[in-house]
Amino acid sequence: MSYFKPINKHPNLEKNKLGLTRRDYEGGVSTLCAGCGHDSISACIIEACFRLNIEAYKVAKLSGIGCSSKAPAYFLNASHGFNSVHGRMPSIATGANCANEDLLYLGVSGDGDSASIGIGQFIHAIRRQVNMVYFVENNGTYGLTKGQFSATNDLESKNKYGEDNLFPPIDLTSMAIQMGASYVARSFSGDRDQLVPLIMGAIQHKGFALLDIISPCVTFNNHDSSTKSYDYIRNHNEAMGKTDFVPLGEEIKTNYDEGSSVEVKLHDGSRLSLEKTDHNFDPTDAGNSLDLIRKKNKEGKIITGLLYVDNKCKPLTEIMDLPDKPLNTLEQDELCPGSEILEVINNDLS
Amino acid sequence: MSDKKYLFKRNNVWWVKLAVPLSLRNELGYDLRRSTGEKDLDKAIPVRDKIIEEFKTEFQIKKINADDKGIVLRGTEHMQKTDISDPQYFHKVVDCQYACPAHTNVPEYIRLIAQKKYDDAYMLNWESNVFPGILGRTCDRPCEPACRRGRTHDKPVAICRLKRVTYDYKNDIDPYLPEIPKVKNGKKIGLIGAGPASLTVARDLLPLGYEVTIFEKDNKPGGLMRTNIPSFRLPAEVLDEEVYRIIKMGADLKTNSYIDSLENIIDSFDAVFVGTGAPKGKDLEITGRKEASENIHIGIDWLTSIAFEHTKSIGKKVIVIGGGNTAMDCCRTAIRLGADDVKVTVRSPKSDMKASDWELEEAIDEGIPILDNTSPKEFLLDDKGKLKGMKFEKMEAQYTDGKRKLIPTGEEIIIECDDVLLAIGQDNAFPWIEKNIGIDFNEWDCPIVDKTTMQSSHPKVFFGGDAAWGPENIIWAVAHGHQAAISIDNFCSEIDLFDRPPPLTNLVSQKMGIHEWSYDNDISQEVRLEVPHADLKQALNDLKMEVELGFDEKLALDEAQRCLNCDMQTVFQEKLCIECDACVDICPTDCITFTTNDTEEKVREKLRVPALNLDQDLYVSGKLVTGRVMIKDEDMCVHCGLCAERCPTGAWDIQKNNYIEAHNLNKDKVKTKEVA
Repeated sequence: MSYFKPINKHPNLEKNKLGLTRRDYEGGVSTLCAGCGHDSISACIIEACFRLNIEAYKVAKLSGIGCSSKAPAYFLNASHGFNSVHGRMPSIATGANCANEDLLYLGVSGDGDSASIGIGQFIHAIRRQVNMVYFVENNGTYGLTKGQFSATNDLESKNKYGEDNLFPPIDLTSMAIQMGASYVARSFSGDRDQLVPLIMGAIQHKGFALLDIISPCVTFNNHDSSTKSYDYIRNHNEAMGKTDFVPLGEEIKTNYDEGSSVEVKLHDGSRLSLEKTDHNFDPTDAGNSLDLIRKKNKEGKIITGLLYVDNKCKPLTEIMDLPDKPLNTLEQDELCPGSEILEVINNDLS
Repeated sequence: MSDKKYLFKRNNVWWVKLAVPLSLRNELGYDLRRSTGEKDLDKAIPVRDKIIEEFKTEFQIKKINADDKGIVLRGTEHMQKTDISDPQYFHKVVDCQYACPAHTNVPEYIRLIAQKKYDDAYMLNWESNVFPGILGRTCDRPCEPACRRGRTHDKPVAICRLKRVTYDYKNDIDPYLPEIPKVKNGKKIGLIGAGPASLTVARDLLPLGYEVTIFEKDNKPGGLMRTNIPSFRLPAEVLDEEVYRIIKMGADLKTNSYIDSLENIIDSFDAVFVGTGAPKGKDLEITGRKEASENIHIGIDWLTSIAFEHTKSIGKKVIVIGGGNTAMDCCRTAIRLGADDVKVTVRSPKSDMKASDWELEEAIDEGIPILDNTSPKEFLLDDKGKLKGMKFEKMEAQYTDGKRKLIPTGEEIIIECDDVLLAIGQDNAFPWIEKNIGIDFNEWDCPIVDKTTMQSSHPKVFFGGDAAWGPENIIWAVAHGHQAAISIDNFCSEIDLFDRPPPLTNLVSQKMGIHEWSYDNDISQEVRLEVPHADLKQALNDLKMEVELGFDEKLALDEAQRCLNCDMQTVFQEKLCIECDACVDICPTDCITFTTNDTEEKVREKLRVPALNLDQDLYVSGKLVTGRVMIKDEDMCVHCGLCAERCPTGAWDIQKNNYIEAHNLNKDKVKTKEVA
């Protein structure tokens, strides 16, 4: 078994503005099962960070427990990391976010971590509009404990041993829209042309961004009666047209017919351009999005793409009016208001 | 002169040969050939024209057929699925083996060295290149510039030095030699010249029961390996061991036997092989040449007289003219004979010199100045008519459209000297072949020899080594010898000469467990190891002291680890692939891309890293479930096996491609000795 990837790389490998190649954003060799969708997602995160010229030391990777939560070890070796208690990653993210606004927070979680044990934490992180990208690597099964049903497994989807699933699934995307998430997308680990721009958009978005990514479990949930297998997703995927991420100051290169595309401006001025397959769809209208998700779920289709975006939202730190600088960089004079102000406060109390 | 276009002569009959367009080579082969049935050129020409018309119609029909069947031709349509059942596909991926004229299985013997199986490693070499000890010291190493490591890392694996290791560390290999039949097959073969080409032919024929006679003009066998390669590069005991091994297999060696007439001996043999090399050194006919001839020597003749100890000294100041390996041997020998001021002059710039880089380096390391862009004008004489120096003119190289032109600058320099050695090229010479016995020569007096069969226009006479197409190096002579021996065996068994045995190949999975391979797939990132050298001062005073000491065991094992095992092939089965991209993500050199099919030009552009090295193929799968194809650029693959290790369905497998080029020794009739 190989524990290391050879360090030599293709001499013509593309470099980004920092002079780094894609390989400089890698982590350790994955110990997940060969063929796991989570590894493809890690590769897409690597690609997105490479293309956005992100400096790895300005990123914090946070996770809980589960196969998905092991994944941060397999990308961005040079970043900060925090592997928390099961389902408690949103709290860690909230605290870290308040303490240091400057880092990019990538929360990596799974369907067990987010839809079962940590669902309360998940909801409140959304409600508080924590500025982070929240990945749910959703495979509908508890892979680490040998393949029990998770809370996102579809009703009609049996497990590997042929047992029926008794309870309906939680749809994390519609729940997130209802709770006020400001960037909600669903994608598939096997479609990196769609996934990479969605991750890039989520990173540039300010506010809570949820990426619900269906990620087949090759060991426990990639069989014929599964609705989260490679084959099933490929046959039932209804992509919301093509999404392009357009960095700040660049022209949109893709030519769509007039009226068939929507453009969403993100906080830093970069844009997402979406090809519309359904002319009535407007990703900035939450009600519209919820209707569409419900309709497609009923048809037995898996709708993927950018489902909802609110680019005017206020993130947690703005709501709470926290200082712009990281707390650990605040100096004495910024922290201590001085005796004059103290006196004013004391006088108010008397 | 008659128009000989598309015509060549075989068995005294004119044949037509037409190259097949690239797009039809899969179906029709490299060329089409047909006999005109005419011995007379004038009568053959009209027949030729008719045959060519027929060939062209055939091309046309094949092309239309191909279009009808939806077969796509290269360049215009989508790429076709790679046919890995063609042994040449994976052979080409093993860059070193593909570049070697004898196609020695390099990765396999390097792995054997790593396992300290030196006897096996030596025998693998011996079967394929006959002289591992000699070649491990003197080979021109076409394998090394081809080595993949030169592309993926920095410098190639020291393949040649590892070959020497197999010789230096082997034990007695006699028990592994093929058995020589006691009852002969009744066919007598005459070999002229006892150099590497003839010795290879002898080795390849003796185990089949042929009676082989070798004629050698000198008193010892070895050819230029003995006469032209100085013993500080190739010690006599190494040469003797490997040359006499073949003689001891039962060849009848006749030394001091210069053949002055082919006609006289041709009837005594069933076939004759000419391996007489290119024995004529080129001369330099400029002013003063005749007058100073006492102190002007032809390089190869001079080296020969040193090898046989006829010459033992040289003047103090020596000029060597020429930029090839012979020039390097001459200057280094001159220093060892006691010259204290040796200079090499060459007309071209240093970068264009023909000498192998390492031989040039060795000369420079020994303190010999190389004066480039220096063209000889005149030999200068003193009052007594003795050579006292040479006049040169400085040249300037100008390159237009990739072509070099040397322009005289008018600047003249004079260099004093006592002796001059000329190493400006060699020609082959056949004053002993009668012009009327049916061997055709071209306008440069080279015999007309078929590239595949080594047969001349006289059916019984075969050529090989430098005698066939002019100066090359030992490994080419060996390759020619193998082919000539196959032809001679076919010829004596009345089998068509073009009916040649295919290479022996197989492709075997190396999987030993879920994540285990039968080879060490860890990629060493070490730099190329330097080979230890003898003390320079001592070496320069001793003509016979070997300069390179060879790797010791530890260095050899470390260097062996640098091999990328390019014969461990990545084999892909599209029907098992679930397109999870695990292989794409794990590949350290980004060789693998899943994309839609297109023309080769466009596919090469849209890979994860564009495939710009057109010498290397793309491995294209059949259509996958999503309609895409898997495309792997063979150029940068380091054969680490991670794609197969991370593949959940076994769609990727690592399979060892064993490719053994055909030669007589792997024919069924050759028996190995019974080991007690």
